[in-house]
Amino acid sequence: MTSSGMSSRGMTGGLRAAVEAVRRHRVAAVLLFLLVFPLLMPYQALAINILIFGLFAVGFNLLFGYTGLLSFGHAAFLGVGSYLTGIGMVHMGLPWGLALALGVACAGLAGLVIGYLAIRTRGIYFSMVTLALAQIVYYAFYKAERWTGGENGLRGIQVPGFELAGFRFDFLDPTTKYYVILAFVAAALWFVSRVLASPFGAVIEAVRENEKRAAACGYDVARTKLLVFVLSALICGLAGALRALHLSVVPIDSLHYLLSGQAVMMCLLGGMGTFFGPFVGAGVFLTLEDVMTTLTSHWMAVVGAVFMVFVLYFPAGLWGSLLRQVDRRLERAG
Amino acid sequence: MSAVAYILEVEGVSMRFGRFVALNNVTARFEAKKLSAIIGPNGAGKSTFFNVVSGAFAPSSGRLRFQGQDITGAAQHRFARLGISKSFQITNVFQHLSAHENVRVSAQMRRSRYELLKPRAGLRELGERADALLERVGLAGLGARPAADLAHGQQRALEVAMALASEPALLLMDEPTAGMSPEETRVMMDLIVELAAERSVIIVEHKMKLVMGICERLLVLHHGEFLAEGTPDDIRANADVRRVYLGQS
Repeated sequence: MTSSGMSSRGMTGGLRAAVEAVRRHRVAAVLLFLLVFPLLMPYQALAINILIFGLFAVGFNLLFGYTGLLSFGHAAFLGVGSYLTGIGMVHMGLPWGLALALGVACAGLAGLVIGYLAIRTRGIYFSMVTLALAQIVYYAFYKAERWTGGENGLRGIQVPGFELAGFRFDFLDPTTKYYVILAFVAAALWFVSRVLASPFGAVIEAVRENEKRAAACGYDVARTKLLVFVLSALICGLAGALRALHLSVVPIDSLHYLLSGQAVMMCLLGGMGTFFGPFVGAGVFLTLEDVMTTLTSHWMAVVGAVFMVFVLYFPAGLWGSLLRQVDRRLERAG
Repeated sequence: MSAVAYILEVEGVSMRFGRFVALNNVTARFEAKKLSAIIGPNGAGKSTFFNVVSGAFAPSSGRLRFQGQDITGAAQHRFARLGISKSFQITNVFQHLSAHENVRVSAQMRRSRYELLKPRAGLRELGERADALLERVGLAGLGARPAADLAHGQQRALEVAMALASEPALLLMDEPTAGMSPEETRVMMDLIVELAAERSVIIVEHKMKLVMGICERLLVLHHGEFLAEGTPDDIRANADVRRVYLGQS
């Protein structure tokens, strides 16, 4: 045996161990990455945006990637989370933590209602029903000008500086803001990871794989789907609530179907049905948008072209393709 | 009154699809802990009958009783929870999951359905049960393979393991040997006889010869209607059955 053979074996051994470790401790691995992430980005606002939309895409992926249900209405949950957090702070005078909880809870409630109506349908009809119901939410918030500011959006959301465990947190400092938001995102990722690894996670997989068989096994398919729908809405609602704190305003586009479409794009770009893929997708999408808007007003065309290339040639997405590559390599190494 | 315990009672069941009558007023009773078979030529309504008694279709009219309890029109998952399990005619497994996970998740139904925060690896006994069931149907050592990679006969065996995983009181099997080699068929029939020693089993079968030797009761359907019922000897001697069924081949 040559020494180069030995060292390449040592390398695949190392790769295997690393892949194992990342898979087993996926939340810790993602966290480690997100802790240093702001250092890699040109400015903090973009990093925070990616954090928030990454979480939005992860919540969406729970329904789309893991359960196989394509919703075109997830902006509703992001928007309801944002607006109710804002309304809680601006109109009700709630402290931001409580307002955030209100936003998340209301997004969950919206998920329960929309999910209940939508899961009776399948395929394209499911997508259309979610889209239609989300549009109703959009117009309701648009018209409720006294509470939502209508077209101008809801303004005046200020998170005051606060003290925790002897440290002073100033939300106006972008780095502090990033890490405060990261704490919430981390908790949500931990929750999603736990759900996927739970017995219920196994039921989700079964329903995605084969509804008829899952029902024959004794699982209530409709109820399972509804529960995932609500969980997904809660995660997206949290992303929305954090976005309200981040932006200090809630723009009316928070409820626009364009955002629902972006969730789909982010998932597909990164890799649907993978844990970290949606985050990668959100990062690529938003960075591309950020770079392209400085160059051309037709940035959408560029993003669209990139998206088409991925759908046609890398259907597993950026992260999904990478995972496959690594798996194949390990398999070849035996 | 006789003291016979019936596991499944079918009372005047009809099934119509638009104007087509697939089943017409069929009444039958199946004794507990017996191996029974539904037979009949092509188009006799066997599959429709199977779908009705296994909960896939609610009958257009008539009643179904399981262990004395009316279950007419109950949702598909209720059937499995009550203890009625089925194996499909066309293999219907979770293709992308491992054979082991196919059986494990089937067994999990009795233990946990909506637990969100517990690690599923914590339910150790389910994994062990899945291994035991795989071994029982002759798939020992194949647990790690994706179900889609198994040979046809192995997938059929996997179906049976999945159906058994929910500990059913009544096992329904739709043409369990469809598409199997003679050797695989023999192994499967042996397994069915073994399974019937512990629980009630009803199989739907097209090939009459296959079930004559092993079943205690037979129900013959013809053109969606009840034709005859009885022991294999009764059926063999029945003039109507001979005319519509045996006479054909």
